[in-house]
Amino acid sequence: MTTTPRWRALTHHHLFWPVAVLVILLLVNVPFTPDFFAIKMTDGHLYGSLVSIVLFGSPLILVAVGMTLVIATGGIDLSVGAVVAITGALTCSYISDQADQSALSGVFLALGIGLAAAIVCGLWNGFLVARMGIQPIIATLIIMVAGRGVAQLITDGQIITVNSEPYKLIGGGYWLTLPFSIFIVAAVVAVTVAITRRTALGLLVESVGGNAEASRLVGIRSMRIKIMVYVFCALCAGIAGLMISSNTSAADGNNAGLWIELDAILAVVIGGTSLLGGRFSIGGTVVGALVIQTLTTTIYTIGVPTQTNLVFKAAVVIIVCLMQSPKFRAKVFGAKFGGKRAAVPAPAETAPAAEASPKMEVS
Amino acid sequence: MSTTTQRPTAADSRTTGKAARVLGDRRLPVLVTAGLFLVMYGVGLSRYQNYGFAEAQVFLNLFIDNSYLLVAAVGATFVILSGGIDLSVGSVIGFTTMFTAWLVERQGLPIVVVIPMALAVGAFGGFLMGYVIQNFEIQPFIVTLAGLFLFRGLCLVISKESISIGDASVSSMAQTQVSLGGAFLSIGAIVALVVLAAAFYVLHYTRFGRRVYAIGGNEQSALLMGLPQGGTKIAVYTMSGFCSALAGLLFTLYIQSGDPLHATGMELDAIAAVVIGGTLLTGGSGYVIGTLFGVLVLGLIKSLIQFEGTLSSWWTKIATGVLLCAFILIQRAMTSRRKT
Repeated sequence: MTTTPRWRALTHHHLFWPVAVLVILLLVNVPFTPDFFAIKMTDGHLYGSLVSIVLFGSPLILVAVGMTLVIATGGIDLSVGAVVAITGALTCSYISDQADQSALSGVFLALGIGLAAAIVCGLWNGFLVARMGIQPIIATLIIMVAGRGVAQLITDGQIITVNSEPYKLIGGGYWLTLPFSIFIVAAVVAVTVAITRRTALGLLVESVGGNAEASRLVGIRSMRIKIMVYVFCALCAGIAGLMISSNTSAADGNNAGLWIELDAILAVVIGGTSLLGGRFSIGGTVVGALVIQTLTTTIYTIGVPTQTNLVFKAAVVIIVCLMQSPKFRAKVFGAKFGGKRAAVPAPAETAPAAEASPKMEVS
Repeated sequence: MSTTTQRPTAADSRTTGKAARVLGDRRLPVLVTAGLFLVMYGVGLSRYQNYGFAEAQVFLNLFIDNSYLLVAAVGATFVILSGGIDLSVGSVIGFTTMFTAWLVERQGLPIVVVIPMALAVGAFGGFLMGYVIQNFEIQPFIVTLAGLFLFRGLCLVISKESISIGDASVSSMAQTQVSLGGAFLSIGAIVALVVLAAAFYVLHYTRFGRRVYAIGGNEQSALLMGLPQGGTKIAVYTMSGFCSALAGLLFTLYIQSGDPLHATGMELDAIAAVVIGGTLLTGGSGYVIGTLFGVLVLGLIKSLIQFEGTLSSWWTKIATGVLLCAFILIQRAMTSRRKT
């Protein structure tokens, strides 16, 4: 209680915890690799751990940004991994059929076809969720299951490799000394932030997430908003799919974007967006995605066997979720800390009732 | 509700009411699935008659090849009936294969000791997830997602490579054939059918089963009625963990190795089987028998594709997705009719 107001304002900022975790993770690397923060200039490209974290994390950031908006409307999109695979498969199979794989027109057409497929997937998800009123987990499960089959159908079960310079640029090329994908991510994030925070759209998305029926009654076309966020999410996943397939110059219907939906949801949760919908933070999501990528990199650099990666992730999910749970905070840190963000019954806020409050639910 | 014996007095004026009642019948999805299974089997019979599709063994192979899926789907049925979801099924199965193979091959423990250990680990994992879901009010989706990561990670911690099981008692158990007239069933298939029967009994004839339905139907009213909701929820997830571990053991028997990548994505198959079997994803309505038909339909798709020969394996995924979609839409039509 003796802390200064400025410190309190800082720790209560919604980005404080995600950024703190990210910084701690980055610092953990320093004792193991002293030149962790060093960035070298080689062949006119910047190299370094930080650059590679952003480079390898960029598909995840894209998918997670799309996912944030979906989660903000109270939904969830499990199909992004399949959309990543479909987009990569379609684009690569189109390019590989071209006589001149480096021809710009062919590459652009291929990108268009891939992204159009992604948008169709998004429209389908949005249609099922908004029009038919099916639970988002289930509606998007359909494409998650069938989509990978479709991707394998497109690639005929093979891994299609392409040899196209312009296409390689998207995920593996450099521009102005930095990986080109960083610019794509920056553009998508900037556009998303501008549209959602400079116009009323973000507010509308949050209001639909808060209460879809009430927003419809006040005149918001909640159906349209929902369809829009699913299309946006699929589009982001499509761009990520282009990036992944371009980085490896190959489309693998089976493994491209495998588990990326789970990582993306995790990134969104770490970033402080509530899974219940109603509020979101794009900045938090970007930080969350970076945290996950840094975690992966850290596990590599500090020499922990890479297979424990998943166990670490599980631990992070559990800790983050427990910290977000008002009930858990009420139990562990006492009622004062836990009751701060409401959602805990009123008696929990007064000190004498603190002991009684956790027992209330047992009856 | 749906089993009123009142007969309509004037049949002609009640045609719309009849349609609504048919759509409102809770058994409709199960019947649709059973019908679909029969139609598919009929199509298989007519198309591949000369290739031995009519043999009883082909039918029994559906049970043998899908025994693990059936057990996992029964566990998932409980969870979905209670209004939750369990994404950790596939990982727990994979972990169990790995754990069993590791204990039997690397540690030299007899399989009789390993089986209860594996089951206990699975059930304990389910219990932990249920405990967190219930006591900290975190969404089941995210908690079981953490479970998915954890168990898959633990698989990889045990070993990155697959461990094949050469133990004599395991292989003799795997090869035991219980003959049924001209055909046979494996031990795994029999265990799966026993689990199914037990689940049927528990869901429809015990207090616990009724509580699962009540919580899935409306958690608030179940709480207000004074049902011990917390214990039931935890028990449901424990049961799902137990079923997943058992499914893992059956899978180990079936495939006789442990591999960190075994059964990836099987939770989706299990959920798909439950949905195709007519259990409402919102919880509170459905039958475990429907799950059996859901698993059989999925298994039949696989064997039809095998018999067709020219179709590739990914058509299984596409067909599953299409079926899933169709049944979700049927469910949707049903629930919307019931509300109005």
